[in-house]
Amino acid sequence: MSDVTLKIDGADVTVPEGTLVIRAAEQVGIEIPRFCDHPLLAPVGACRQCLVDIPDAGNGRGFPKPQASCTIPVAEGMVVETQNSTAVKAQHGIMEFLLVNHPLDCPVCDKGGECPLQNQAMSHGQGETRFEGTKRTFPKPINLSPNVLLDRERCIVCQRCTRFAAEIPGDPGIALIQRGAQQQIGIAEDKPFSSYFSGNVIQICPVGALTSDDYRFRARPFDLVSTPSVAEHDACGAAIRIDHRRGKVMRRLAGNDPEVNEEWISDKDRFGFRYAVRDRLTSPMIREDGELRPASWLEAVAVAAAGLAAAGSVGVLPGGRLTLEDAKAYATFARDTLRTPHIDFRSRPLSEEETEFLRSRVAGTSVTYADLDAADHVVLVGLEPEDEAGTLFLRLRKANKAGLRITTLSPYASEGSRKLGAEVVLTAPGAEKDALSQVNGVTDASVILVGERLATSQGAYSAAADLADRTGARLAWVPRRAGDRGAVEAGLLPGEGGLDADGIVRAGLDALLVAGVDPDDTADPDAFLAALDRAGFVVSLEQRVTAVTERADVVLPVATASEKAGTFVTWEGRRRPFEKVFDKPAAYSDAEVLGHITTSLVEPASAASGVETNTASSSAEGDRVGLDTPPPPSLREGAPSLGASGRASSPDDLTRSPSGSGGSTDEGGFHLATWHLMLDNGTLQSGDKALAATARPAFVRIPAALHEQLGDVVTITGDRGSWTLPALPAELAEGTIWVPTNSFGRGVWADLASPGSTVSVEGAK
Amino acid sequence: MTDTLTPVLTANWGDERAWTLPAYAEQGGYDALDVALGMAPEDVQTMVKDSGLRGRGGAGFPTGVKWGFLPPPDPENPKPRYLVVNADESEPGTCKDIPLMMASPHTLVEGVIISSYAIRAERAFIYVRGEVLHVIRRLQAAVREAYAAGHLGTNIHGSGYDLDLVVHAGAGAYICGEETALLDSLEGRRGQPRLRPPFPAVAGLYASPTVINNAESIASVPAIVKNGADWFAGMGTEKSAGVGIFSLSGHVKKPGQYEAPLGITLRKLIELAGGVREGHELKFWTPGGSSTPLFTQEHLDVTLDFEGVQAAGSMLGTRALQIFDDSVCVVRAVLRWTEFYKHESCGKCTPCREGTWWLVQVLERLEKGDGKPEDLDLLLDQCDNILGRSFCALGDGATSPITSSIQYFRDEYLAHLEQGGCPFDPATSTAWAESK
Repeated sequence: MSDVTLKIDGADVTVPEGTLVIRAAEQVGIEIPRFCDHPLLAPVGACRQCLVDIPDAGNGRGFPKPQASCTIPVAEGMVVETQNSTAVKAQHGIMEFLLVNHPLDCPVCDKGGECPLQNQAMSHGQGETRFEGTKRTFPKPINLSPNVLLDRERCIVCQRCTRFAAEIPGDPGIALIQRGAQQQIGIAEDKPFSSYFSGNVIQICPVGALTSDDYRFRARPFDLVSTPSVAEHDACGAAIRIDHRRGKVMRRLAGNDPEVNEEWISDKDRFGFRYAVRDRLTSPMIREDGELRPASWLEAVAVAAAGLAAAGSVGVLPGGRLTLEDAKAYATFARDTLRTPHIDFRSRPLSEEETEFLRSRVAGTSVTYADLDAADHVVLVGLEPEDEAGTLFLRLRKANKAGLRITTLSPYASEGSRKLGAEVVLTAPGAEKDALSQVNGVTDASVILVGERLATSQGAYSAAADLADRTGARLAWVPRRAGDRGAVEAGLLPGEGGLDADGIVRAGLDALLVAGVDPDDTADPDAFLAALDRAGFVVSLEQRVTAVTERADVVLPVATASEKAGTFVTWEGRRRPFEKVFDKPAAYSDAEVLGHITTSLVEPASAASGVETNTASSSAEGDRVGLDTPPPPSLREGAPSLGASGRASSPDDLTRSPSGSGGSTDEGGFHLATWHLMLDNGTLQSGDKALAATARPAFVRIPAALHEQLGDVVTITGDRGSWTLPALPAELAEGTIWVPTNSFGRGVWADLASPGSTVSVEGAK
Repeated sequence: MTDTLTPVLTANWGDERAWTLPAYAEQGGYDALDVALGMAPEDVQTMVKDSGLRGRGGAGFPTGVKWGFLPPPDPENPKPRYLVVNADESEPGTCKDIPLMMASPHTLVEGVIISSYAIRAERAFIYVRGEVLHVIRRLQAAVREAYAAGHLGTNIHGSGYDLDLVVHAGAGAYICGEETALLDSLEGRRGQPRLRPPFPAVAGLYASPTVINNAESIASVPAIVKNGADWFAGMGTEKSAGVGIFSLSGHVKKPGQYEAPLGITLRKLIELAGGVREGHELKFWTPGGSSTPLFTQEHLDVTLDFEGVQAAGSMLGTRALQIFDDSVCVVRAVLRWTEFYKHESCGKCTPCREGTWWLVQVLERLEKGDGKPEDLDLLLDQCDNILGRSFCALGDGATSPITSSIQYFRDEYLAHLEQGGCPFDPATSTAWAESK
């Protein structure tokens, strides 16, 4: 594409052919007022605010009337005037019209102070209106969704929200209705606007027409302090902006990062932040006479250190919410301080095959969002981007609209796959290996994206690696949690002779150090809880009270993402550093807490000497060592150190039964396919009621024929329990049903069935 | 010769059951189709181009040239081509397509078949405004008859040419007469004008190459094919060839459709219509519907062709000649029109949506005598801020009656302010006023 040179307000601008005049003007710092225009949405030319004078269209002739610069492409030799009398008159005229029916209630409007209409009325308006008549009125506000509210009087029907919904996530639940001055944004009757990305319409609304139930009337923009950050809800690393006031998050907005999330974030990234203020652990606790009691940091750290030191074998389960810095601290702590190889960040069904895959095929690799745009074919395996990686979903959808071919190996043809324009290869859980060997059209310009679910599908990771090796395609692993990739980079995987997370649970180690793990997420929740009960000593590093807290001997509160600085590593391998938002005293990151324990282990007496209470472990004498002193190369004599042989059970015990083969199930049962919906019972979503209200209703998906037979409610029975749930018919792989992982009860693994098992389905009684 | 009427489209309107196929066939109907099918499609296109036929929907764009904008057939591009007939006749004062379809729907159907053949379309649509149910029924009946007679369907007249014709009823929105809004509506969407480019010729209906023509334009095609391009070009003026239907309404003795060569004058037409209402004089009139600036007595001899009307400061439009005599208050008339535009503004763009809302309020104030003299300047400035700034021509049209009426009748506006209300008795302008 060749370049075009034109003149805007006397300045020469050279831009690629096809560039819109409004974009070209931005290149030379000329800001033309606009409302409907948005660089990431298709032009519409509705608001007419960006009118400019074009005395020469490049052919020597001018346009007789002002032109909308958001819809007119540049031409060689074109002359554009954005500030001459013609342009200014046109812009003033439109602004006056826009305000005819606008309520001008800026003093009570949430947008006041950051409102494009308010700002541009000042910069490109007349200051006074000549309108003396009656404004149209509407009852207000009305709900577009449980969380998105519409004030139809403020709305200037620029269509940014409706265009976003249709173009970006592909959830066209809002549309223009009525006409003339009555034209408004509407929803279908009894069908609220449903999108995981609905909050973006609020952010791009150029007036105060769209507000969230969540933030409405809570703050004024000029009272807020903004801190750029990175979303902690998935492995996508979306840039966000945290707006806070007096130590409290008031709202979160999408940051603008063209390389990652562009200007969009998911509703979970936007509205999910109250977990950080609910049920927080506020002080360290130690168990005494079977009861937890608050303790000082020094005391609790000393108890933790002593307990870990006394244990013969220690397992470390740091979970997936860690920053890279925290992950490295855990790695160092386990390797150098505890000298245990039993460490594993995974808090979900896993496999030895995965361990090997993560070590050899993920750590240190890089595939970026831009690589997806450039790819000729993207193959998704065991990954549902719309639910599990929102930013990735939007980027893939955009790439698909630009021509990218997407194939997904999925147990059912989901709405998310449809929106991605993906070719769905129906694949029963466990059958991914065979399906991967039959995927066509993978070249060295292709990308294979595998999800963490493949851990439960024997041979799938290897098959994906083989496919990549065979074709030269690039391979990337897309986990669900923000800390997962960083944990891989930091090496939070079993050391030589070490046990993986499942092995640690089964092995009955003396002590466990558990961080961001919800037992119900693990492959065998009851076994996990039993392991906690069985372990002689349990240390919990947590943000909030969990099932681990109830079984811990020492509980050490740690900082949430906004209370510490750190780095998340995205699924791409991209480092996403972020700053501390709140400087709270005694809000320690996991790394800082581990540092305290290390120090205490090195010099237990000195640490304990600061504790006035009767601490059992404070006995030895020694000089006080600063908390920031690096740990010595070795621990004191007699510290526990598990050799390569360890006390692990035999490998056979650790091997989980292979998952279903994907063929028909001889036992007459169904393969259980499952993943987490984006909005479900996840810990980091608790407390955000408006967000929860927008969650899609959770349904079980069963084959249409079965649905016809059994009806809308079915009872599913697995080896761990039975659920009676609402069901929808869907196009599924042979002999498969799908259940959301964590939308009911304690979740699938705790209440229904073990990973890779089959379940029976019958009509509800 | 006093009678300058040249009935072509209207020639058979008076026939017994003119809307039926037998009556149409009786006077040579569908003969032109055979002529056309005997020619190469390109030759039919050339013939229409040579005839000088210009769009009868108001803009006056040469029909044959428009057809030529379709991209040449491309074996790589399997997208079909469509002909869409705009029969969403909704302009205040315009009443030519509806009487045409009412009296002789087969003229239009035959025109559709020939035109579709000329542009190689195999599916055509007639978009009729939904309120005129009786017309839709006649059109549907005519299409049924045409199918039964082999004029539509597969292998038409044994030529190997296939065409399906769909009569689509709109839902009654003025904006759907705008061709791209019409396409959206036809696709089942909410009718609002589309951004151009892409132009319909490239990506129109269902993103396929599409020609959209006014019903009268298409209905003119059979006569051109039958009588030749020269015959048509020989009528009218050099640049505005042929004949057209002039619709006289309002204060004339014999309102109705008068088919005459372009270039005729209103003086002549009023003469044909028996003159202005007894005891009154012509005060103002619209040359082409309410969206065209008003004319007055001084424009009686303006030639009613595209160039003549434009030179005099208005537009030929749809030749909807609304005649208002001296009993009519121009402020009242303009307010009614403006209310129409406010009601029909689709809402897409700011100037039309908000501007028409505001214009009505200012005009209401003026009519009641509550306004100020400065309101006239305000009105003109509002119109200046709408004209050429709105997304489509609806907004432009809304300003025409206001600016032109202030131009010719500023004193009448001021009289409302001086007298604290309207100086006219609206009852005197009614059709039944004389008989009292």
